[in-house]
Amino acid sequence: MKLRLLKVAIFLVCLVPLARLGLKGLHGELGANPIEVITHSTGDWTMILLLATLSITPLRMLTRQYWIIGVRRMLGLFAFFYGCLHFTTYIWLDKFFDVHAMLQDIAKRKFITVGFLGFVLLIPLAVTSTAGWIRRLGGKRWLALHRLIYVTAIAGVIHYIWLVKADLRKPLQYALVLGVLLAYRLVVHLAGKGNRKKVPTPTPQRVGVSEV
Amino acid sequence: MLIKKGGEIPSSEITPKRLFFSRRTFLAGMATAGAAALTELGLRDLAKPAMTAQANAKIDGIQKSSFSTTETITPYKDVTNYNNYYEFSTDKYEPAGLAKNFKTRPWTLTIDGLVKNKKTLDVDSILKLSAPEERIYRHRCVEGWSIVVPWVGFSLSTLLKQVEPLGKAKFIKFTSLADAGQMPGLRAPVLHWPYVEGLRLDEANHPLSLLGFGMYGEVMPNQDGAPLRLVLPWKYGFKSAKAIVKITFTDNQPVNSWNESAPSEYGFYSNVNPNVDHPRWSQATERRLGEFRKRPTLMFNGYGEQVASLYNGMDLKKNF
Repeated sequence: MKLRLLKVAIFLVCLVPLARLGLKGLHGELGANPIEVITHSTGDWTMILLLATLSITPLRMLTRQYWIIGVRRMLGLFAFFYGCLHFTTYIWLDKFFDVHAMLQDIAKRKFITVGFLGFVLLIPLAVTSTAGWIRRLGGKRWLALHRLIYVTAIAGVIHYIWLVKADLRKPLQYALVLGVLLAYRLVVHLAGKGNRKKVPTPTPQRVGVSEV
Repeated sequence: MLIKKGGEIPSSEITPKRLFFSRRTFLAGMATAGAAALTELGLRDLAKPAMTAQANAKIDGIQKSSFSTTETITPYKDVTNYNNYYEFSTDKYEPAGLAKNFKTRPWTLTIDGLVKNKKTLDVDSILKLSAPEERIYRHRCVEGWSIVVPWVGFSLSTLLKQVEPLGKAKFIKFTSLADAGQMPGLRAPVLHWPYVEGLRLDEANHPLSLLGFGMYGEVMPNQDGAPLRLVLPWKYGFKSAKAIVKITFTDNQPVNSWNESAPSEYGFYSNVNPNVDHPRWSQATERRLGEFRKRPTLMFNGYGEQVASLYNGMDLKKNF
């Protein structure tokens, strides 16, 4: 019941950024350069939701509220959702489906290359996010695959750092949060090695498909 | 020097108002997935740009200029709410609010360096040097967006004549105000303050180079660089320094702020050039604010006929 309520709340909160963009767009309030606003906003929310997804593990261990793992899948899928919107903004509103220009961009512009890489790596994670896929892959292999989210999050931060003109403050805030989240895992991993304890692997029940 | 008149824009280039607004409507609608269900008519009413009621003083006796383009002028609201003005903020939507109480009087401009008569002039005496002209120029930001602005000012050369440069003077350094009390952006070490820009003497004396003090027939809004700014339509926007307090004639090429910050990305010349990409993004196209699709960027921002001769024999890929 607790989980169900939390999931509904998170689901609604995750839709707020999109709803805000929609409403503002409808009222012509997206400013002088609406496409830029849409690009930045969807990019920001992709990063925020990636970091939120990555904070679930430390949060549940530190608070001993192990049940909150149940919201991780939804957060991850919302990160992918905003990533898709961000990517769509690029291919449609920025490049107008000019495949040649996009390929050139991906090859030539480091920040596009790394952003594209981060996005592409999220696709298999979104596809295999169901309980069925955990069963099919087996917990260990599934877990190994889903470690790709670390690469995506790092790629996202680098994408942002490489694209700003001079003001690095915002991308560095993301970098700092990501650094803390990754450092936590490293510490746990090293401590675990010392204790020779087996790392628990997720079971379909624990990661479970949402009931919502 | 033979000066060609402002390039006439073929009427096919001008965005018809109807199309311009329907693009806005489309943009507005596109933002919401569900908006497709709404009628065109309803959307159009909702998307009407809000009127801005700013009590800016009108400038009297403005003369027309043959350098003006006939392209659709970007709405006042956009040009005054979307400003790259790092002394206030690196967020383009913030200078409009943060510069509200910026003091543009009293204001003096010092002209020094390699000149016969060093001078410190009051801004109001500068404004009396010549009749104000309206120059409707294209303005292209290095970030890939552009606007069309009806600036008010007069040729920079009118001011520069006042001080009789020495023969050794080859360049001019422009220094913007850096007043931490008024400009919150200065707290961040994003660039070395004060902001400095530079031009070759012949570039500064080119008839297109404008000393701007107004736009849309009114006194320049603070967020757009009041009380005095440069307007150099064939160069990327950052060359057109705002809130100028000092002009120094030098014999060596000044280091401009963006060049100092990232020498491989921003050169001294920074002429608009679709063939020389910014190392991190293409400069081949630009988004004109208010338009949906990007448009191709023109060499020297379309002012090649007038300014290309300034760079004869220069490798523009090297001197970017």
